[in-house]
Amino acid sequence: MESKIKIKINGETVEVEKGTSMLEAAKQVGVIIPTLCYHKDLCVAGNCRVCVIEVVGQKRLSPACATPCEDGFEILTNSLKVRNSRKYILELLLSEHNADCTRCYKNGNCELQRLASEYKIMEQDFIRLVPFKNYTIDKFSPSIIKDDSKCIRCQRCVRTCAELQGVNALAVAFKGDQMKITTFFEKALNDVICTNCGQCINHCPTGALVERNYIEEVWDAIADKTKHVVVQTAPAVRVGLGEELGFEPGTRLTGKMVSALKHLGFDAVMDTDFTADLTIMEEGTELLTRLKKVLVDHDPNVRLPMATSCSPGWIKFIEHLYPEHLDILSSCKSPQQMFGALVKTYYAQARKINPDKIISVSIMPCTAKKFEANRPEMHDSGYRDVDYVLTTRELAIMIKQAGIDFNRLEDMHFDRLMGESTGAGVIFGSTGGVMEAALRTVYEIVTGREVPFEKLNIIPVRGTEGIREVSVKIENPLKEWAFLDGIELNCAVAHGLVNAKKVMNSIISGQTNYHFVEFMACPGGCLGGGGQPIPTSPEIRQKRAEAIYAEDAGMPLRKSHLNPEIIKIYKDFLGEPLSEKSHHLLHTKYVKRGM
Amino acid sequence: MNTVTELIKNLADQHGRQRNNLLPILQGVVEQEKYLSEFSMKAIAKELDMSAAEVFGTATFYSFLEHKKMGRYIIRICKTISCSMKGSNQVLLAIEDMLKISLGETTTDGTFSILQTNCLGFCHQAPAMLINNEVYTDLTPEKVREILSMYINKIKEGAPNEN
Repeated sequence: MESKIKIKINGETVEVEKGTSMLEAAKQVGVIIPTLCYHKDLCVAGNCRVCVIEVVGQKRLSPACATPCEDGFEILTNSLKVRNSRKYILELLLSEHNADCTRCYKNGNCELQRLASEYKIMEQDFIRLVPFKNYTIDKFSPSIIKDDSKCIRCQRCVRTCAELQGVNALAVAFKGDQMKITTFFEKALNDVICTNCGQCINHCPTGALVERNYIEEVWDAIADKTKHVVVQTAPAVRVGLGEELGFEPGTRLTGKMVSALKHLGFDAVMDTDFTADLTIMEEGTELLTRLKKVLVDHDPNVRLPMATSCSPGWIKFIEHLYPEHLDILSSCKSPQQMFGALVKTYYAQARKINPDKIISVSIMPCTAKKFEANRPEMHDSGYRDVDYVLTTRELAIMIKQAGIDFNRLEDMHFDRLMGESTGAGVIFGSTGGVMEAALRTVYEIVTGREVPFEKLNIIPVRGTEGIREVSVKIENPLKEWAFLDGIELNCAVAHGLVNAKKVMNSIISGQTNYHFVEFMACPGGCLGGGGQPIPTSPEIRQKRAEAIYAEDAGMPLRKSHLNPEIIKIYKDFLGEPLSEKSHHLLHTKYVKRGM
Repeated sequence: MNTVTELIKNLADQHGRQRNNLLPILQGVVEQEKYLSEFSMKAIAKELDMSAAEVFGTATFYSFLEHKKMGRYIIRICKTISCSMKGSNQVLLAIEDMLKISLGETTTDGTFSILQTNCLGFCHQAPAMLINNEVYTDLTPEKVREILSMYINKIKEGAPNEN
């Protein structure tokens, strides 16, 4: 069977695979067709019509994203008919769009704005409907702002919430001119099953869905001379930030990022990677304790597998959808919250600063972290542990506002005490990273030997498959862990909540027999998080992942338990993993939320 | 178990639990309850293992699947052009005046709700309206007052709920 077909695009003959969409075919010959509702991560919807093209001999125009090429097709992408139609389509979209661009958070990074500018939409041939529509702006969530007046109903967010996340908090409701993207009974986002993952923000072509930003609050804190402002940066930020500042995806900018943060005026710049290492110590020990309770003590109150708890989107997901299964979660706080609790205790004591005067800021690839910092459980230091959470995008905005020439910055190191980290901490930013970091340490604790993978690279847990599994056989353990001799430690990794759902269902039905599972809410893990630079695509996430693993490979220390500052904090402050102090500051409880 | 939950379970048993069984289940609930409450939509979502927002999206797309609490008798007056040309507006005013509620509202005793509907297919006997499943045609303000009086009397005499 012939799988190649020949078509003509603007007069040029091209050979493409049968079934290729006209959009893809045009891209192959360097012809760009504008799109709005199309996104590489999502299924084709074909509802915005901006990508219409003309097939010679056909009366009606076809949407390029949704029409497969057929042999002998002659396609025109820039005929007068196409140009005029596209212009009308854009004008119609704009007639219902609150195009107050200078006051919009997405100003300068809006796909609709870019197209309007490209097609020079100057006249107003259609009645402006915005004043007649009773649009809702939902600002109640600490993470996400949803402004219906900016929505063009392309439904990327709806498809994101359904296909990538399996949450379906957003849906299309009502019909005709009343049709809108909304939630259950049009409730506020923080009143429904939204996980705050922010993937809808990453996929929104306009300003209809944006993060709630805390840029001004942080500037105020920095300007306040009575405050000591501490900042932490998550692993995935250093490999994403560059995209907002003109670098290629996957550029590693750790040193320059630290330098930029110092230039912004933060009093101390430290690393969430440090508490990622700390998480491994706590979570690894917790895993071993649970294994012992189940396998040796047969404790009926303890269950396997143990699930990771670093991803606040995943946490809210399980709280909503599987409230009866919260006992599988590790009690460890996320690295962000561990850091927050320690800044206002350990760090404050060591630096002799009144915790009252400390403002703790975190830079995260994540919007759910904003919600997490806001949880009532997160006040174990006696204060709010993390005061403000900024996304990677917000940090880039601050850097630009400050007029910093990023290229000319010199590399700098994180400040001491909570700034040292290992490669194990860095890979938390990628799907499979927490698992890999945990195995590096846990295997060594149990056997006294390094995990049996070349150069510590546990390749089976890396990659982009939605669900990945690895079994590690434990042989000749140390005497203390003799009960684990011969046991195959079954581990699994899931990223994207739609995959988390599959794994949860397989656990509940008993189809799988995992001991330890890593769950990440976002596709690709944190590096594909809802607070990362826009646009996102599988290729961009791949580049970021390569950068993360390169960062790990370049670290002198690559196992959490070897981090000298981790050794120091246990010696000086915490005692040992799962100590009373650890329990108080580094562990938490979860809430049954239901649907 | 709550009666609505039970009803939904029975409907799901009867129609199935696939996504394409959602509509008959929604219709079944509306038939008994007159509207789809938050509670019923959540129960349906749970039964069919889908999100409540999707159920809401489907319910709000279709006419005759109300999601606000409705009276025992739902009056749906045709809003399309033939009925409009034959004076459906005056008929609506007469109903509003008699029941002392506006379009979209329900009487405080929970007896009547007034809604609009698209074409009922009775253009040749316009203006037309529905009261629950009963069609009334060739309406005039006088006629509609008589019809409503009949319903009010029926209730006074203690007519059982139509279900």
